[in-house]
Amino acid sequence: MNIAKPNSYRSGPDERGHFGIFGGRFVAETLMPLILDLEKAYTEAKADPAFQAEMNGYLKNYVGRPSPLYFAERLTEHLGGAKIYLKREELNHTGSHKVNNVLGQIMLARRMGKKRIIAETGAGQHGVATATLCARFGLDCVVYMGAVDVERQQPNVIRMEMLGAKVVPVQSGTRTLKDAMNEALRDWVTNVHDTFYCIGTVAGPHPYPMLVRDFQSIIGNETKVQMQEVEGRLPDSLVACIGGGSNAMGLFHPFLDDSTVEIFGVEAAGHGLTQLHAASIAGGRPGVLHGNRTYLLMDADGQIQDAHSISAGLDYPGIGPEHSWLHEIGRVNYLSATDDEALAAFQLLSKLEGIIPALEPAHAIAKVMELAPKRPRDHLMVVNLSGRGDKDVPQVGDILRGKSK
Amino acid sequence: MTTRIDTRFAELKKQGRAAFVTYVMAGDPDPATSLEIVKALSKSGSDVIELGIPFTDPMADGPSIQAAGLRALKVGMTLKKTLDLVRGFRKDDNVTPLVLMGYYNPIYIYGVDKFLADAKTAGVDGLIIVDLPPEEDDELCIPALKAGLNFIRLATPTTDDKRLPAVLANTSGFVYYVSIAGITGAAAADANAVGEAVARIKRHTKLPICVGFGIRTPEAARAIAEKADGSVVGTALVDALKNSLDSEGRATAKTVNAVAELTAALAQGVKGAQQAAE
Repeated sequence: MNIAKPNSYRSGPDERGHFGIFGGRFVAETLMPLILDLEKAYTEAKADPAFQAEMNGYLKNYVGRPSPLYFAERLTEHLGGAKIYLKREELNHTGSHKVNNVLGQIMLARRMGKKRIIAETGAGQHGVATATLCARFGLDCVVYMGAVDVERQQPNVIRMEMLGAKVVPVQSGTRTLKDAMNEALRDWVTNVHDTFYCIGTVAGPHPYPMLVRDFQSIIGNETKVQMQEVEGRLPDSLVACIGGGSNAMGLFHPFLDDSTVEIFGVEAAGHGLTQLHAASIAGGRPGVLHGNRTYLLMDADGQIQDAHSISAGLDYPGIGPEHSWLHEIGRVNYLSATDDEALAAFQLLSKLEGIIPALEPAHAIAKVMELAPKRPRDHLMVVNLSGRGDKDVPQVGDILRGKSK
Repeated sequence: MTTRIDTRFAELKKQGRAAFVTYVMAGDPDPATSLEIVKALSKSGSDVIELGIPFTDPMADGPSIQAAGLRALKVGMTLKKTLDLVRGFRKDDNVTPLVLMGYYNPIYIYGVDKFLADAKTAGVDGLIIVDLPPEEDDELCIPALKAGLNFIRLATPTTDDKRLPAVLANTSGFVYYVSIAGITGAAAADANAVGEAVARIKRHTKLPICVGFGIRTPEAARAIAEKADGSVVGTALVDALKNSLDSEGRATAKTVNAVAELTAALAQGVKGAQQAAE
């Protein structure tokens, strides 16, 4: 596709929520007034210095920001190329980047007078972050989670329940993240008056992809300042994993107009791109689901296909619309890593750096293992370590023991 | 442009009664039985037929219609086969209005222009696409109107007076008022509240207003028909169909009749309604 390069890669979306042909507001009429209200509330909040000041207070003292930018010395030596920095989002309260966005949305929900919060979750990290902030602000919390994911992410289910949230296992469809999102939308359409839908990624109808991106952009903004402090310049490349793509968008967005910065998104290739996988850009095409037009895995009739990834957080047949646009205009390179590659990276980072990553960013590490050795030693590469691996310890332990037997 | 929908509502207005609108899923439980069911709907008193386009992720539907879509997909139903079904129906019946109802993605993937041409040729009269609000009218609504198909919009309890003009602007055929905030098959709306909502919408449009969601019995269909220009029943028919299937989800000798009998009973309910004076 031949698309003219824009003056800025950071000006989207337009007033109708479009990034090129992607994005939009493909929702039932019942929800349309609600997303218009949300857009209005967000526009007002953004212009209110008190909103930002209050959020900054919680980001610092409750979330624990800024997260460190850590030089991974042994990983760098091992790979023998680029100098690798890890953006330590896994050190945030609740263990992942998800809390950045949830804090913003919960503060919006409070501004809008909503008392009941619903969320969808895959790996459970967004669910845990939502349950946490609902506990902190005394709000009712219902989390929809595919029944398959409830099984493989038990530690997070227990955490959410301890925090006072109700976790609803979703039995419809493929019983994973996409079905959890369907069920959350069904809840929202039913409970329109008191409920705020806290979407966990840069997808869904406008304004969600924009507002989630904005709340996550603190990752890239901090990285820019921190890299300036330690190296006195911009990084040369950025790498992040992508399910819906919120941790990636948060890191990438502040750098999109810095043309010297190479940017790599890593999708989940599951068993491999010719088999079951979750790489929407590598294996999908544009379609409409969950309120937006974006790259989707589907069959010739437009039916959504099952995704597969070892990582519940990446197990989604779509991707945020802004990523689809960044792919089509060629600003970001989208790669993919298989389950096996992610498992190898999971073990490597654990043993070399004493950091157990979540399976999601293990996909990003897997591609760093390919990219870093091909780059010179003065090349600065930043990887978003978007979550910690505690939740994956039982699952990975089972897999590794099964393999070693 | 006059469609079968416009003609049918004009006739019903002369007769002084409300329309009985039915919904079933195309291809449920298999394409051949589904065609027989659609034929039976019109023969049993359905004035307008809504035919669901199966989709894997029906975000506004409850468990019954979700399951119906999955049954249809399991036997290989597609949008193309849905149009074949319409063509089959039109061999016997060239007057009963037929509306396709579903989600945008299968149409988008089929190709909007090709779909509209094929749908018109097959004998489709209108479209209800749940995830296309007026904000996305350029996608399908405007092209559909140009192609001579009605685009029937959903109005809901959250559609306030300020928003109604936008919702009604490119609507034609009829307006589908969703009586509750919720998914298909959920609790029924109170008939008096429906009456107020219909009156409110009538202040903005001359189009007929049909009301659906939560109507399951002849009595409920009748109560709504007294307040609106039509009662829509979907989930109850889909449930009757499902209850007639064997343990593998296949059609039995009872399947077509089960839907036909409930349709006839509901149609009696609607026909017994005393229409409110205009």
